[in-house]
Amino acid sequence: MANSYYDPADLRKFGKITEWSEELGTKFFDYYGKVFEEGALSAREKSLIALAVAHVVKCPYCIDAYTKDGLQKGITKEEMMEAVHAGAAIESGATLVHGVQMMNKYNKLSM
Amino acid sequence: MEKSILPKKKPMQKSLKARDNELAVTNKQLQILDGGLFADGELPYFKDKIGEIGHFPLRPKKLEILQINVGYMCNQVCEHCHVDAGPDRKEIMTRETMQLCLEVIKNTGAHTLDLTGGAPEMNPDFRWFVEEAAKAGIKDFIVRSNLTIIRANKKYYDLPDFFKKHNVHVISSMPHYTRGKTDKQRGDGVFDKSIKALQELNERGYGMPGSSLRLDLVYNPSGAYLPGDQMAMEKDFKKALDEDFGIQFHNLFAITNLPIARFLDYLIASENYEDYMYALVEAYNPAAVANVMCTNTISISWDGWLYDCDFNQMLDLKVASKVKHIKDYNEDLLNDRNIIISQHCYGCTAGAGSSCQGTVA
Repeated sequence: MANSYYDPADLRKFGKITEWSEELGTKFFDYYGKVFEEGALSAREKSLIALAVAHVVKCPYCIDAYTKDGLQKGITKEEMMEAVHAGAAIESGATLVHGVQMMNKYNKLSM
Repeated sequence: MEKSILPKKKPMQKSLKARDNELAVTNKQLQILDGGLFADGELPYFKDKIGEIGHFPLRPKKLEILQINVGYMCNQVCEHCHVDAGPDRKEIMTRETMQLCLEVIKNTGAHTLDLTGGAPEMNPDFRWFVEEAAKAGIKDFIVRSNLTIIRANKKYYDLPDFFKKHNVHVISSMPHYTRGKTDKQRGDGVFDKSIKALQELNERGYGMPGSSLRLDLVYNPSGAYLPGDQMAMEKDFKKALDEDFGIQFHNLFAITNLPIARFLDYLIASENYEDYMYALVEAYNPAAVANVMCTNTISISWDGWLYDCDFNQMLDLKVASKVKHIKDYNEDLLNDRNIIISQHCYGCTAGAGSSCQGTVA
């Protein structure tokens, strides 16, 4: 067994999840592939969204994968960093907006 | 040791050959390509992979392209260069060998003549050769120009006019539409010089919509990753170059970097070699196999030897034919040969496929 929870080489083996549940695995990869095709959004735009989400969900595999995908699509490092900030802003906003809940509760409990 | 994630400014390097790098020996490169992951059985050999779809041995189709490498000397030392070209390379095609090439050009069934290098323009007999070759009336006459050569020295300033006079189809490398990425791969100042050269070509009518003066760009990744979708990249390049500099061009060819010479050196030194080979094999596209460029191209080296492609030339894998040199050229005999392959060939079958003319599938 690996002595670390995350091994970069495991990303290559992602496809193997179908071996233990072919139907669900295949459905997932079909869906995944379809999502990232050119559509109303370009594949380039979707790659940047994926990169931002990868950071928010803190998935090291996804960060590796979508940094590389961005490079392949000619996305610049400035664009990538802005996408990461967009994700980070939403994430920190999601924390801070709960500050209103705190304020509400504080006010309710206070005389 | 921790590697800094900040970009380093790199001094202009020398060729592997000038540095006595062990990869300057082609056998060493072939050993690497045949060993490691492939010898361990982790990844399948290319011959087995194409064997699965009945393409082994790989055989030529009708010859369409004669690609002539007129020398390895270049004004640039690009990090990814599969030729290991640079100012220190002295291998230059002589006029005598060019004469032999002209005989072939006059009689070939190929419709395309493709001059490459190095910077082909640095060959002292380049202009004479173009003038003579143009007389043969070949349908598509390509010169692969790195653009900066046009601005490198006064003696090259008139190249756009020279190209126009001989109706040469110009294909130029342009790694990115931003300065940073271009200069990182090709050297400081390359971006600005390339932009200026493209503007000059545009002024002569090159690359303009509807113009018969063809100007295509070649994009290849500046690192250990594969090129993205050629059409999408072309759209991005066209938009950015037009908006920022008013530059027009016809087509963008997305070319995969093959793991040989300086790119192989880079992959190994940056510890990306294994991942890159996995990526190439994973992206293997059986549909690209039938159209790989070695099936319709003959590559001729500066000293007249014949190869299945420019990559095999750099690995010194001469054609498996009785005819191995331009002095003995015989198209029918040559076309009856098995193409020599190794693991670098995965570079031409990845994704939409890759060739000197862009994607193939």
